[in-house]
Amino acid sequence: MSTDRQLKHVVVVGAGVAGTRAAEALREDGYDGALTIVGAERQAPYHRPPLSKKLLTGKVHRAGVDLAPQFDLNARVLRGASANKLDLSSRTVHFRDENRDLSEQFDGLVIASGAAPREWPGGPVPDGVLMLRTVEDCLTIRERLSSRPRVVVVGGGFIGAEVAASCRSMGLDVVIIEKAASPLLAALGKELAPRWAELHRQHGVDLRLGVGVEAFVGNGKIEAVRLTDGSQVPADVAIIGLGVTPATDWLEGSGLRLEDGVVCDATGAAEGTTDVVAAGDVARWWHPLYERHLRTEHWDDARRQGAAAARTLLAGPDRAEAFDGVPYFWSDQYDVKVQMIGTPSDYDAIEIIEGDPDGWEFVAAYGRDSRTIAVLGTIPNRVHAYRDAISKRAEFPPRQPD
Amino acid sequence: MKVSVDLDTCDGNGVCMSICHEVFEVQEDGLHLLQAEPPDELRRALLGAEVSCPTQAIKVTH
Repeated sequence: MSTDRQLKHVVVVGAGVAGTRAAEALREDGYDGALTIVGAERQAPYHRPPLSKKLLTGKVHRAGVDLAPQFDLNARVLRGASANKLDLSSRTVHFRDENRDLSEQFDGLVIASGAAPREWPGGPVPDGVLMLRTVEDCLTIRERLSSRPRVVVVGGGFIGAEVAASCRSMGLDVVIIEKAASPLLAALGKELAPRWAELHRQHGVDLRLGVGVEAFVGNGKIEAVRLTDGSQVPADVAIIGLGVTPATDWLEGSGLRLEDGVVCDATGAAEGTTDVVAAGDVARWWHPLYERHLRTEHWDDARRQGAAAARTLLAGPDRAEAFDGVPYFWSDQYDVKVQMIGTPSDYDAIEIIEGDPDGWEFVAAYGRDSRTIAVLGTIPNRVHAYRDAISKRAEFPPRQPD
Repeated sequence: MKVSVDLDTCDGNGVCMSICHEVFEVQEDGLHLLQAEPPDELRRALLGAEVSCPTQAIKVTH
């Protein structure tokens, strides 16, 4: 495929799955100009999904999560370099590498700077209070787990729930503290999320729901977590999973529209620009199917958006195509894999459409305004059969495909 | 081109299936290879599936 406009230097900020896929797609689609990839981490690119699962439990090693490009990208790769400013008028990205201030001029920019985990808002914490986002975080936690600590997980989102399951599979004592009435409530909804609460209970997790963390107690090293109900939970390690915020600090003042992420049109172009695209956790794309801006934090979406954003950059504003891929994620907890396609935000109906939730083999559909907007399943990969139903906004509940 | 899958490593996440459904199909009992020696026109999709597999379970040889 030949490119539709002549770019001479594309800078990709971010070396996660979105940035790596964008770089690959640029080359695949015939871009032969200069390519610079700026990554904040020192580590070579890696697959993030195993970090809360098999890499944490030691079932795979560091090399087992490598995200090697398919071919030589012929790119200049800067690792351990954090972008700190974008100047759109001179088309320059500024960044800091160790102790040097550097900058790169571009005529095409891919913003794939990802997201940063939310830190504990209560100030300094004792040693042993950890977060999980990067491979180095994961290896640090894994090291701590080897001394068989009592683990407290703060936050019952996917990271918290997966970390808890991984720790239980290693036989560790685990407490989950979640402010809401159930873990995974925001992601799965009030009808299904309690089933995952039960799953964790059955596997021996001590679930503390509807209660928050008041403080981490310990003189130097963590000894306990004090909850908002006054109770105290002994802990040798606390892992905080309070969600992430899109990494847009470096874009403040750039003129880009930032609203919980870089606001993009349906092609992935940052609103108001023709030479800047964004993909992955940092990007909030207009989704033609859902007729709203969506920012997903799904690994598979980041991968596909990265490629689509690269194509948009090469095509130019007049020929860029909308990307309407249906969101997809999975999560592994114990022996249950849950998969979801679509996004259930603001659903007004939910129905079990196959199988039996009590036996953990079922498919459920979420609807809004009588249309199917998402399908969740624990029957392996059955959800993919419903992709058409979602992309065609099939009537709710959707007909069972073959 | 030849494709092989390490079924011990495969987690059945279905990423390969969404990239190259002509070759990969994940069912309840695990991954099925629909063709072990796919034609060259699937090369790009196959390489995409190989590199995108989050468990590195797919190997494509030429």
